[in-house]
Amino acid sequence: MPATLYEKLWNNHVVAEEEGGISLLYIDRQMLHEVSSPQAFAGLREKGLRVRNPGAHLAVADHSVPTRNRDKPIADPQARAQVELLARNAREFGLDMIGLDDPRQGIVHVTGPEQGFTLPGLTLVCGDSHTATHGAFGALAFGIGSGECESVLATQTLRMTKAKTLRVNVLGDLPPGTGPKDIILAVVAKLGSNGAIGHAIEYAGPAIRALSMEGRMTLCNMSIEAGSRTGLVAPDEVTFAWLKGRPLAPQGADWDESVRYWRTLPTEAGASFDREIEIDATRLAPQVSWGTSPDQVVPVTGRVPDPAGATDPEAAAKMTKALAYMGLTPGLPIQEIIVGHVFIGSCTNGRIEDLRVAARVLKGRRIADGVSALAVPGSQAVKKQAEAEGLDVIFQQAGFEWREPGCSLCVAMNDDRLPPGARCASTSNRNFEGRQGQGARTHLMGPAMAAASAVAGHIADPRDYLGEA
Amino acid sequence: MEPFIRLSSIAAPWNEADIDTDIIYPARFLTITEKKGLGRYAFHDRRFDGEGREFEDFILNRAPWRQAGILVAGPNFGCGSSREQAPWSMLDLGIRCIIAPSFGEIFRGNCYRNGMLPVTVDEATHATLLADAAAGAVLDVDLEAGTITRPDGSKIAIIIDPQKRDALLNGWDEVMTILNRQGDAINRYETERRQRFPWLAR
Repeated sequence: MPATLYEKLWNNHVVAEEEGGISLLYIDRQMLHEVSSPQAFAGLREKGLRVRNPGAHLAVADHSVPTRNRDKPIADPQARAQVELLARNAREFGLDMIGLDDPRQGIVHVTGPEQGFTLPGLTLVCGDSHTATHGAFGALAFGIGSGECESVLATQTLRMTKAKTLRVNVLGDLPPGTGPKDIILAVVAKLGSNGAIGHAIEYAGPAIRALSMEGRMTLCNMSIEAGSRTGLVAPDEVTFAWLKGRPLAPQGADWDESVRYWRTLPTEAGASFDREIEIDATRLAPQVSWGTSPDQVVPVTGRVPDPAGATDPEAAAKMTKALAYMGLTPGLPIQEIIVGHVFIGSCTNGRIEDLRVAARVLKGRRIADGVSALAVPGSQAVKKQAEAEGLDVIFQQAGFEWREPGCSLCVAMNDDRLPPGARCASTSNRNFEGRQGQGARTHLMGPAMAAASAVAGHIADPRDYLGEA
Repeated sequence: MEPFIRLSSIAAPWNEADIDTDIIYPARFLTITEKKGLGRYAFHDRRFDGEGREFEDFILNRAPWRQAGILVAGPNFGCGSSREQAPWSMLDLGIRCIIAPSFGEIFRGNCYRNGMLPVTVDEATHATLLADAAAGAVLDVDLEAGTITRPDGSKIAIIIDPQKRDALLNGWDEVMTILNRQGDAINRYETERRQRFPWLAR
């Protein structure tokens, strides 16, 4: 029977079938960061266990690290202790650790692929829900809790129930002025915040094949916002070209052998999915969130929706709650929403292409009075590349701060945090209550729209700034 | 972990959709590297204002639900971030059973590993249990019997994987269970994997 990419990845990693439809799944690789790993290492110590396969893990601090003054010790003593603990644990258990001063440092989901730690055909986990990012390479990648991190450290396996399969077919070509973030925001809006629970998503279709690896990572990254732990794109020539020569990618004859294997992974013609949906890319306008759930999304040409038009009372209640938190009234044109803060970065949109498209908007322009704007490259490698292209100068001349890599304002664990009531145009992945600071309000969007909004001082249509309206 | 066998408690009714793990455990407390004693941070920004004063109308700040060991929550409870601090903080607050129409998957998995029972129910059952909870009634969650008994004596079936049920009833640690039962199978898999994908090991 023709098999899907997900089924192949799954079948290749089953160690044992257990009762009740549960499988013991082999985990090839794990990324560790400072927030979800300390309790996993503590668990190993309590039980007197060792790490089964130290070479399978890569540790890097990203969540609580400051994005400035990196030449000095971390000012927040608790964050400093947390980052030091990661390094100590890595040393004690013999794991590779990328330190804060390392040129490879970055957000786990940016650094892993850059280093070639992420490869097609692997299972890869991390104590972070955005681990589906790595599915862009055709790896079965998903986020886990700290207890599961401990399982992977000690046993290299996890007990899992096989997911149902959901194919998202994105048809046609993306119109000028739109990008991968607009696809995924539209997908999340269509599926709903819990619409893909229990499903592994495969993104397919001409619009997906046309995306770069950076774009595919943006797409897979936000699968969890529709409830799915796993997002996948079948590996192809774009994938292989991007990975070839990466430090941890196979080399020489090993490379040829692995590419031969990777070519066998894509979903076969005639394979069936439990569910399929379609998105017509040709009709997509730039998308932006208005509420406190990532499925509360409208086109930038739209208005804040009215709960009176909701399909059922529960949906209306969810909208009313979001409107109250966001301080918005139904019917307001989206482009009249004033923003005081702009954030370009995160594991969703902190890669070189994101910075390039934002810089295209910002070149020769200034951010509006009263706007404070942060650009946070996803890794040192991204930062270095951007600086080689002169993008840092464009950002800074426009009035942006140019920072060091980390999760920053996507999770607001470090000192990048917004005050209550502040409103932010953000390229991150979650508009949850308090996500960017207690009482702060987040509008999710792609990097071009974030840059355009910084210039306009309100949410703005990037097509008006890219010369492609 | 502490076994979950039976829990008789009043239940707090909180039918709000999409209570994400940022609401359950705000990110600014994530630099704490302990897993015990996190109850004071659970639902922090819903429980407390900027000055640390309690919001009187929040369900878990009100009598009698302040003492609730069960939460009847809305759809997609625990969506978002994988942070296990979410269940740890709820456990420390005294909540060991959560009943909802649907759960964020990672959160749900994290509950099982910490002696907590997430129960998925259909819409009608959800509405019934919300009403029981709002009336301050005691629900009797009996995992051994596989039922939740309502105040009128009627029973609702708890749907759970047999393996997860056994682990909860016995308080089994998953890491030790895997090592004890599947050590040989993992060795065999790794041997085959080295032969099949030698480039992975280099």
